[in-house]
Amino acid sequence: MSIVTVQLGQCGNQVGQELFEVISNDANDTQRKVYSECSSERFFNETANRELVARSVLIDMEPKVISQSIAKTAKSGKWRYGDRSHFSQKQGSGNNWANGYCVHGPRHEEVVMDIVRREVEHCDCLAGIVAMMSVAGGTGSGVGTYVTQCLRDAYPNSFILNHLTWPYGTGEVIVQNYNSVLTLSHLYQLSDAILVHENDTVHKICAQLMNIKHISFRDVNKVIAHQLGSVLQPALTGDSHGIYNRNPIGELMSSLVCHPEYKLLSVCNIPQVSSSSMAYSMFTWPGLLKHLRQMLIANSKMEEGTCIDWQVRAPSLQPEGIKRTGSHRRPGFNTSLANLLILRGKDVNNAEISGFQHPSLYTPWLPADEAFSMWKTPVPFNKYEKSAILVSNSQTLLRPLDNMVGKAWNMFASRAYIHQYTKFGISEEDFLDSFTSLEQVISSYSQL
Amino acid sequence: MTQSVVVQVGQCGNQVGCRFWDLALREHSHVNKKGIYDEALSSFFRNVDSRLMSSLQAVLVDMEEGVVNEILQGPLRELFDSTQLITDVSGSGNNWAVGHWTYGSAYREQIVDQLRRAAEHCDCLQCFFLIHSMGGGTGSGLGTCVLKLLEEEFPEVCRIVTSVYPSAEDDVVTSPYNSVLAMRELTEHADCVLPVENQSLVDIVNKIKHMSHSGKPGSVIKKDSAIISGQGGVSGAEKPFDAMNNIVANLLLNITSSARFEGSLNMDLNEIAMNLVPFPRLHYLVPSLTPLYTLADVNIPTRRLDQMFTDAFSKDHQLIRADPKHSLYLACALMVRGNVQVSDLRRNIERLKPMLPFVSWNQEGWKTGLCSVPPVGHSHSLLALANNTCVKSTFMELRDRFTKLYRKKAHMHHYLHVDGMEQGCFTEAISSLSSLIEEYSQLDATKDRLMPDAARLNIAT
Repeated sequence: MSIVTVQLGQCGNQVGQELFEVISNDANDTQRKVYSECSSERFFNETANRELVARSVLIDMEPKVISQSIAKTAKSGKWRYGDRSHFSQKQGSGNNWANGYCVHGPRHEEVVMDIVRREVEHCDCLAGIVAMMSVAGGTGSGVGTYVTQCLRDAYPNSFILNHLTWPYGTGEVIVQNYNSVLTLSHLYQLSDAILVHENDTVHKICAQLMNIKHISFRDVNKVIAHQLGSVLQPALTGDSHGIYNRNPIGELMSSLVCHPEYKLLSVCNIPQVSSSSMAYSMFTWPGLLKHLRQMLIANSKMEEGTCIDWQVRAPSLQPEGIKRTGSHRRPGFNTSLANLLILRGKDVNNAEISGFQHPSLYTPWLPADEAFSMWKTPVPFNKYEKSAILVSNSQTLLRPLDNMVGKAWNMFASRAYIHQYTKFGISEEDFLDSFTSLEQVISSYSQL
Repeated sequence: MTQSVVVQVGQCGNQVGCRFWDLALREHSHVNKKGIYDEALSSFFRNVDSRLMSSLQAVLVDMEEGVVNEILQGPLRELFDSTQLITDVSGSGNNWAVGHWTYGSAYREQIVDQLRRAAEHCDCLQCFFLIHSMGGGTGSGLGTCVLKLLEEEFPEVCRIVTSVYPSAEDDVVTSPYNSVLAMRELTEHADCVLPVENQSLVDIVNKIKHMSHSGKPGSVIKKDSAIISGQGGVSGAEKPFDAMNNIVANLLLNITSSARFEGSLNMDLNEIAMNLVPFPRLHYLVPSLTPLYTLADVNIPTRRLDQMFTDAFSKDHQLIRADPKHSLYLACALMVRGNVQVSDLRRNIERLKPMLPFVSWNQEGWKTGLCSVPPVGHSHSLLALANNTCVKSTFMELRDRFTKLYRKKAHMHHYLHVDGMEQGCFTEAISSLSSLIEEYSQLDATKDRLMPDAARLNIAT
């Protein structure tokens, strides 16, 4: 089964390109033919002359990024984008969500959906659509939201996963919080699941774990691509009996999104080291899994000793039969709704994962054995001998989300910049609706 | 790539405009050695019969012929099509009313025609740059009339106005009237205004001269530095006001750099208005430019780079006399050119933030852009545009000068004579200015108060 990606805006296109790079390198690297073929089928279309064409649609309101992407991949010779799979305009969306959603989106709906349709038709069987975008600007956020709506209307029975990049907290764009609030509130209704990467977090990974001195956006995008690739590449699920999962996105959804109020997913991938230290690193499953578990409950995104708070401990188990109340929540403890653990690499069957099945990690209203799932494959991912990936539906994103809504609300209280949005058709009521839905999400996650 | 059209009105507007074209050409020829018409050029230049740099997307308006004639005889003459020039003979006599009402209605059609022609040559027109002065008659009066026309005919195209404000010792007696009457139009019809004060330009030029003559080691001014001299450019010897006009031309060059060249974090012109204008009338942005002189040393170590950021926030580098550090920042944009990385930018913002008071609801109000092509003769440069309440003091001074004249009704008959002009225009203009000052004051009042976060919405659980 195949996945079609839709890359929206500058960020969506830049990260998307790195994603296909990672996937193509990973699939080429491996000696395992079955894995390789499954990965190729999933992400690429093989043409008559044995060329690999990415199953991807590139959309942007200004031409520079897309043309650079297409040129770069054509040069590399390993894979390329489809000749007619892109759409761009001359003038961007000016960092304005309303411009993207109300003006550019509807204006170009037909052409864009045409390209998507063609790409979907190239698939023997569609596993789902992954839409990639940022939330801070105008195109990824505004046009991206509109396109997601169109995708939902055109493919009501398909799975739609939105991959979002959240901006640095100390702004890249002054109105980023408005754009983010408007995007998230709309996507919550349209999307099946929302997988988030935060620039701040990824930046820290680059700085502290990978030792990159002058971090560029390219470095950040490569880490995001690595993490996303590690989730989407083929794996064996519990009951797949030796065949790679044919419905990765569907299984992701059913493992993690059991309730429509809880759709925010985050990803943790260890180890993450610089390529120069990789040769000298030795990792064991017990070590990796122990770190990963602590990262989950202490809500840390990095495995360096100083970044994990080892003081945070899971609450002790209550005796059977006594209903656990809110008092089981401890400060700093990250409660999960559901977790998906993906293990890739050597000796994967020897990994001891019971630490992730403990009921204390999870919210009381879901039994722990339903909340936890695992995929694995003995094939190592992207040159790492062993990788442990945790896709988590938990309170991880609660604080960043709360901050974002808080800052946007403060700005809204003074009505600053609102005229820039109202002139394109978004009213103050629309803003209030968005704030209300996100407060609801925040409240739900707080009470896990 | 998007295109922009420059509309230069009046003596000052045209002189600054010409320095801009001169510098832009020089910059592009420096970058584009092969002389091929490329995308970067197309943002301001039109390609006519495949000769490099043939026609400019510009409209030149002046009500007396002196300046425009010089252009037609000067080395830039081949670049302008005679239809792009709109002139008359007698000038506006430093009278806003004559410029705005008399010439405004007489030349309305011709001007609209020219604007439409320039716009049609553009694939995707993003912005109009209007350059004028506030103190005289043509730039101020006719210029603001053109601004209104731009809004009527092209409502979706951004209007960025560079206005040269008169200094207190200006020799035009009626400059306060002209300026205040023009201010009203700017407040109502412009998307962004970049106010520039003659006095600041004089100070900067003097500072540069002082540095070059003081013979400080390491502070040699390169001969072809784009900053003060036109040397190396297309035009000939330096004229009075040239040095000052060069600085303003540099301002325009830097604002448009992201539209003309590539970079890792592009800042489009429409993003400037979007991010820097939180309330429609408060769109006056304080410009400051560094460096103002070249250092002989090209290999500038990191300390010097950080120095550039510090300089951008010092009063010496501002183009209007005001004190932003003691007022309130509503938003700030940093446009960097040259080999500067994201990490350098973020480091400097962290460093400078504590010293700069930002309004409570926009504590992280920074908009940044990185353009990889540096200006000629420098390895990097920085343009800061701050939406800061300190402009209030400039406006208050202007209001005082206006009131001094208005109280005595001095010179008013020259204005009221003109068809279309009435007493009401004066009172409306001054009240518009006063309410603008009031809006800034209200924001200022929040400055030292600890503003609590707005109470969040309560959700029924």
